[in-house]
Amino acid sequence: MADIAPPASTPLRVRNLTRRFGRNTVLHGLELDLAPGSFTALLGRSGSGKSTLLRTLAGLDPAPAEAVLDLPRPVSVVFQEPRLLPWKKVWQNVALGLGGGDARGRAARALEEVGLGRHLEAWPATLSGGEAQRAALARALVREPRLLLLDEPFAALDALTRIRMHSLVLDLWRHHGPTTLIVTHDVDEAVLLADRVLVLDGGRIAADLTVDLPRPRRHADPGFATLRRRLLGELGVDLQEAA
Amino acid sequence: MPDTQAAVAPRALTEKTLRVPTEKLPRVVIPARLRRFLSPLALVLLWQAASMAGLISPRTLAAPSTVLASAWELVLSGELPSHLLVSLGRVLVGLGIGLSAGVALALIAGLSKRGEEVVDAPMQMLRTLPFLALVPLFILWFGIGETPKIALVALGAAFPVYLTLFAGIRGVEPKLVEAAQVFGLDRRGLVRHVILPGALPSALVGLRYALGSAWLSLVIAEQINATAGIGFLINDAREFLRTDVIVVGLLVYALLGLGADALVRLAERRALAWRPTLVKG
Repeated sequence: MADIAPPASTPLRVRNLTRRFGRNTVLHGLELDLAPGSFTALLGRSGSGKSTLLRTLAGLDPAPAEAVLDLPRPVSVVFQEPRLLPWKKVWQNVALGLGGGDARGRAARALEEVGLGRHLEAWPATLSGGEAQRAALARALVREPRLLLLDEPFAALDALTRIRMHSLVLDLWRHHGPTTLIVTHDVDEAVLLADRVLVLDGGRIAADLTVDLPRPRRHADPGFATLRRRLLGELGVDLQEAA
Repeated sequence: MPDTQAAVAPRALTEKTLRVPTEKLPRVVIPARLRRFLSPLALVLLWQAASMAGLISPRTLAAPSTVLASAWELVLSGELPSHLLVSLGRVLVGLGIGLSAGVALALIAGLSKRGEEVVDAPMQMLRTLPFLALVPLFILWFGIGETPKIALVALGAAFPVYLTLFAGIRGVEPKLVEAAQVFGLDRRGLVRHVILPGALPSALVGLRYALGSAWLSLVIAEQINATAGIGFLINDAREFLRTDVIVVGLLVYALLGLGADALVRLAERRALAWRPTLVKG
């Protein structure tokens, strides 16, 4: 798949995004710019509006008329749960809604890329949690998205599977080069994966940090610990407590 | 499991208590499947013995042997096959109408909010009526020919399918619908790939209920001045105190019901091969 040159992409630009649920303002005139092909992590406490932002970008929640949303397209999403249709075989799930010819061949190649080449004909119910989430990744990638949204995609996986998924996601991102935004509550995951980490608080971007560490990144790196401490501070976690 | 139990038990747990009897009894191992039929068979034999001993009068209940002989005669004379065809015809036509109506109404109510407003309230009200109580009204409306019989079967089949398909459509996991939307499925694609397959397990349960209900409706309907059909065979036999023929008719009803249920279960196994309970490894 390395032979597919990422097509020229537009930057992501969000202006004046306000979302209210009743009297509760979740996003407050939010502004966001993401460079084409960048990998950004969005951190925030629960209820900080990070999921609302991602759902709005994915087109699942309506954007208010006064908001500006310039997004690279097509957009693909990987949810926290795999959300595979249990009545369709794995390859059919990946090929779901795929326009153009040879849907099966493209689905098969995407599944091979995530290491599920032998599970094309399997029912989703027979997959492990990690395998199902890899199938969900294949389903997102087969559409060759220019914007890839990941909504806490590894939160439900065990620690070992999560480590493997991290390197898989980085590989796929390098090969395909979509602008990638991962929503997570895991500071380590954010620093490990992303080039830029945003902290959402009170409906606004409260912190914007560049992660300037060489890959592959290690927890033992002193820069890693510094960033981690700063981010935890932004999230309101007492450092002495956290350590 | 029971086979091995029978073979292993004497040496294992039950050594002391069972040693004496197991040594004396010949070891006949009956497969578990057949063992289920032992007690019904014993009951039939008991019934036969009681009949032969004169404990059960043929006017009360004919002996199993008489029932079998009468069944054979009825088959040979062509009487049973012709009545069976009439009954089957009523059920098939009634089911065809009832299932179509139930599915159509469930799709209207399940797939659109306005459809639900229009369709669901009257359906929920009507379903509380015991539909068999409509027989007098049906006779007034449709006379005593084939129409009220078919209408009753159709009515009996329509409600279970409507209720389960409607509930199935509404019960489809919203997260799956959302994911399919993200991946570009339009309304038609959603219905075809997500909503209908998701509602299918529930609808198939409804189909089994509908078949059961259709047979019940047929039995009642065939009491209405029938001149052919299994129900007529039974009523006619009553006039002549032929309990053997009545039992034959009852057996045919039972076998038809069993057969229909087996068909739906087969369909379920094929259509729902993806379900975790049916998926192997």
